[in-house]
Amino acid sequence: MNQPSTIEKVKSYLLGPGLQKVIALSALVVLYVFFGIFGANFFSRDTLVSIFDSSYYTGFIAIGLTFVIITSGIDLSVGTVTVGSALIGGVAYNIWGWPIGLCLILVVLVGILFGFFNGLLIGKLGLPPFIATLGTQFMSLGICSVVAQVQTMRYPNIMDDDGWFKTVFFKTKTGFPMGALWLTLFAVLAIVLLNHTKLGRYTFAIGCNEEAVRLSGIHTKNWKILIYTLSGFFAGLSGIIYAATYSAITPQTGNGLEMYAIAACVIGGTSLSGGVGSLVGTMIGVLVINVLKNGLMSMSLPVQWQQFFIGVVVVAAVLLDIIRVKNAGKVKR
Amino acid sequence: MSDTNKVFQDILQMKDIDVMFPGVHALNRCSFTLRNGEIHALVGENGAGKSTLMKVLTGIYTDYEGEIIFNNQTVRFNSVKDAQLKGISIVHQELNLLNHLTVAQNIFIGRESEGFFLNDKIINEKTNELIGQFRINIKPTDKISSLSVGKLQMVEIARAMSYPNTKILILDEPTAALSDKETVELFEKIRELKAKGIAVIFISHRMAELKKIADRITVLRDGEYVGTAEAGSCEIPNIIRMMVGRTILQEPKTASAVLPDAPVVLEARNLVSPVIKDVSFQLRKGEILGFAGLVGAGRTEVMRLIFCADPKASGEVLINGKPVKMKLPQDAVSNGIGYLSEDRKRFGLMLRLSLLDNVILGSIDKLISRGLIRGKKSQEVVNHYISELKIKTPSLRQLVQFLSGGNQQKVVVAKWLLMDTDILIFDEPTRGIDVGAKSEIYDLMNTLAAEGKSIIMISSELSEILRMSDRIIVMSEGRKSGELAISEASQEKIMELATQFIGEAH
Repeated sequence: MNQPSTIEKVKSYLLGPGLQKVIALSALVVLYVFFGIFGANFFSRDTLVSIFDSSYYTGFIAIGLTFVIITSGIDLSVGTVTVGSALIGGVAYNIWGWPIGLCLILVVLVGILFGFFNGLLIGKLGLPPFIATLGTQFMSLGICSVVAQVQTMRYPNIMDDDGWFKTVFFKTKTGFPMGALWLTLFAVLAIVLLNHTKLGRYTFAIGCNEEAVRLSGIHTKNWKILIYTLSGFFAGLSGIIYAATYSAITPQTGNGLEMYAIAACVIGGTSLSGGVGSLVGTMIGVLVINVLKNGLMSMSLPVQWQQFFIGVVVVAAVLLDIIRVKNAGKVKR
Repeated sequence: MSDTNKVFQDILQMKDIDVMFPGVHALNRCSFTLRNGEIHALVGENGAGKSTLMKVLTGIYTDYEGEIIFNNQTVRFNSVKDAQLKGISIVHQELNLLNHLTVAQNIFIGRESEGFFLNDKIINEKTNELIGQFRINIKPTDKISSLSVGKLQMVEIARAMSYPNTKILILDEPTAALSDKETVELFEKIRELKAKGIAVIFISHRMAELKKIADRITVLRDGEYVGTAEAGSCEIPNIIRMMVGRTILQEPKTASAVLPDAPVVLEARNLVSPVIKDVSFQLRKGEILGFAGLVGAGRTEVMRLIFCADPKASGEVLINGKPVKMKLPQDAVSNGIGYLSEDRKRFGLMLRLSLLDNVILGSIDKLISRGLIRGKKSQEVVNHYISELKIKTPSLRQLVQFLSGGNQQKVVVAKWLLMDTDILIFDEPTRGIDVGAKSEIYDLMNTLAAEGKSIIMISSELSEILRMSDRIIVMSEGRKSGELAISEASQEKIMELATQFIGEAH
């Protein structure tokens, strides 16, 4: 076997499986420069920080979603679970009087619980992921609001007693974006998990051909339960960051967050038909969405234009992917 | 065309057809001639260009060089519909029918009615006419999902013939999924079409049936025209030689090398499921046990029971003489059983993943240290199997979907070898694999058996059964109808056993 040179390898990667990432990254740069020129005061540290600030919780749920989508599944509950778990943590803090540290653990546990529930419905009982997680979306929205007695729950602000919570998970007193640090840390861990462990390998394999994986003697059901639980875990983490960012958690919100995360995955080249995807792509996708959001704001356009343009970017990303797959098929017949 | 040749008037001439795909010269000045009302077989190894040539003819590929003369006119079809309306229809190997619609709705899909509203009555009547012509035993209102594969094939042909101008009908491997009985029926219909003056192009891998049905045989190799022969006067080995450019000997095994007292590694006792009726057998160490029978005899189902891919109603499986409780495929794997499905793409491979990922799928535990998959070690292991099994691939990162059928099969074999299973069940191991790669798979199976692996081989090709097996079990209608030592086996004996229970009340 002749070994291709490194340059050839890089070239074939960038034009093949890496193309979507290259395109997403170029889109990110183009958008950033575009808004820098046409937006008011866009090239500033404040704007950059604001882009990051709005990226955290979408980023966390998009990490978990990337795993789920690669298995050719979907998790529509992550948005409401993010807010719902933060709400339950807030109940523990405000009403039950738990110490803040314990409350944060509870937030993550609530996320894990909802994820595990999704996993049982999908892995064990064989419900279609779309239906199961749609159900969980409504259930989490409802039950968490009931537990909170439909009251807004407050997390400590920076001047309050447990103010360290905000400086550790959102921003230091000097303004350093801690959320970005946490997101980067967990993204790196997740990349290792997806690309270098059994869980990650089975995630791709299940997305490609679940029956072939089962017939290779692998307990696909249990792995699916684990993957949905992982998605719930990331929704829980997202809940902590969400609480740190906003401090006040309103019941019966959070639906719609998952749509931004799904859009981020798709922009980053993760295929909804499964088997294909990357976390680096997803992270770029999250940034694309938030650059777009902040950029359109800096052009003082009404907020509805954000939604419109995010839609345009999602459709364009999927269209590019379809063209890429078609061309790849043509080359190899 | 001179008058003396009138009988043999050509309805179609494809001259110097040239098709380039990026990186592949799919057709290289390829020619093909079809006479009026003949049955013309088109053969060649996988990738020889048969499908590409037919796709040019039916308007699927419009980007080609060369000339097509149809009915004495130069034509260039720009779409499938264009070709159909002018008189050329194709029945693809993978049937394209809509499961939840009726026969009539399928036949007239895209041509339902002139106006906006549907009129099922009219298309039902038209369909009834077609069905009557072909004497197919179905109703226009039958749901597609309720029909057998053989019937579906007839529906496809009826659909092709429902275009009033149809002069040429192309059948792409129509018998691949049919039982022998259904094949005989199909051939009758094809001859009827011929009698009506329809020219039929028949693509198949099965040499024996070509001699039965075809008037002439054209061979393609590597995108080029090799030659055309009269089916009546040519010999099958000659055709195969034209296809591969070399001679392949297919000599049956005469005696088994496995001693009759070799230890029994696998024993099935009284297996029962909704389709399997009380099947028992033994597999000995180092043996290749052939499972013969017609399509649908229940051979795959037996193996899926043993592998726990489907639940069994009752029965027992013994490994090395001890009864084992197995419920899921992973239990079968941990007891050393490997199953290589007849449908590699659906049940064996992850087409969009790399060769490496496919091979290590079941053995990741061996390649892990401290929770992480060792890339170097995985590559070493997979490279070892690439050279051992002679897998042809540009790299171990190559996506499996771009490998040929034979190499895909070797990837599946490598996966099971790495999982260290001692009992390998090969279900139709050479289905869809070209002649050259077949003998490589045979060699591989012989080597494995000689190394002490025990093999069960399901095959619908009698020549394959007789060539490979040490012992043969024949199944019919979900039952074991007989067992033959290779020294006493013959095609006739196997066929007799394979048809034993057919026609009996269930």
